[in-house]
Amino acid sequence: MIAQLVTCFIATAAFAILFNAPKRSLIQCGLVGMISWMAYILLLEYDVDSILATLAATFLVGVISQTFAKYYKMPVIIFSVSGIIPLVPGGLAYNAMRRFVQNDYNEAVHFAVQAFMLSGSIALGLILSEVLNQTIRKKNPLP
Amino acid sequence: MEIKLEQPTYEVIGVCLLAGKIMLRSGAETYRVEDTMARIASSFGFTNSNSYVTPTGIIFQLDKAGSAQLIQIVTRTTDLRKVVAVNSISRQLSTGEISVQEAYTLLHQVDIEAHAFSIWLQIIAASIASGCFTIMFQGKWLDFIPGMICGGLGYCALIYFHHLVRVKFFAELMASFLIGIVSFLLTSAGIGQSLDKIIIGSVMPLVPGLLITNAVRDLMAGHLVSGLSRGAEAFLTAFAIGTGIAVVFIIF
Repeated sequence: MIAQLVTCFIATAAFAILFNAPKRSLIQCGLVGMISWMAYILLLEYDVDSILATLAATFLVGVISQTFAKYYKMPVIIFSVSGIIPLVPGGLAYNAMRRFVQNDYNEAVHFAVQAFMLSGSIALGLILSEVLNQTIRKKNPLP
Repeated sequence: MEIKLEQPTYEVIGVCLLAGKIMLRSGAETYRVEDTMARIASSFGFTNSNSYVTPTGIIFQLDKAGSAQLIQIVTRTTDLRKVVAVNSISRQLSTGEISVQEAYTLLHQVDIEAHAFSIWLQIIAASIASGCFTIMFQGKWLDFIPGMICGGLGYCALIYFHHLVRVKFFAELMASFLIGIVSFLLTSAGIGQSLDKIIIGSVMPLVPGLLITNAVRDLMAGHLVSGLSRGAEAFLTAFAIGTGIAVVFIIF
């Protein structure tokens, strides 16, 4: 578990370098990724469905990103992009493609649909947190 | 008199289009691009601007009566620093801190700015990320080093082939092919344990995860054309990676 969190932190920060994030935001990017991955694997351990776990973790990413964005005065996209990296179903997409080219279409479609559902839930989680943020901001307008 | 009225209009259009172009090329979502352009236009008093943004081009009209201008987008990457820079320039414009000309010069500087981290640092980052992803996908620590080697080599190959032929599909295909070969050789030499984990970890820097998510977000925001074309781009990349790996499995 600790190893997972540490590797996730490093991986997310490294990805932030690939995405050319500003240098002073690398640590925060790693932190967002780590928190989202922690939420995800904790939910999976309590037998939550992976789609629901991804949705919850992404929602968390959105909320944290908005807080960080306000605090560090940087656009939300920096933190949200880095935060969803560990959740992105790259492994599933790979498995799907591999089954396709091995003529195992049943398994391939299974993996592909799962990857699509997961990326849909990532997008939904981000949108939900944005909607929440906007509702809160409308209720208490900032000076 | 008329020329004086015309001149600033064209400058404003130029600033809007350049800002939109940089943002779209740096991987911003469609609604963010439209929003930024509309914000810049309205800071000069043009509140009726119209834009049509797709991943391959922007059509922008400042006023109902004026002519529309078009700009083509050829390459798309992810470059958060440029998104941040354009964002702050547009904010400075709307508060009136800088003029149109200054904004144009600043945007032009942002446009030609190179990646802030050197290529070697990027390759090292990619290899570290690959090693870490191998662990995150329940790989053993034994697979950490092979994952790092394959990921670094794969990213290196991606940059090299993209520089060589300028076809993204081909570069991704060759990079994943190389990853497949090297990880196969490493596991058969007994250095790595599980082939699948190493491959998944080391293709992660190539995987279009961000593209897929952005595609779905665009679709949900009502940008149907952008969403579908981004989805097509993501599918093409995934297909290239899958094919590259599959060729290795067919050979061995």
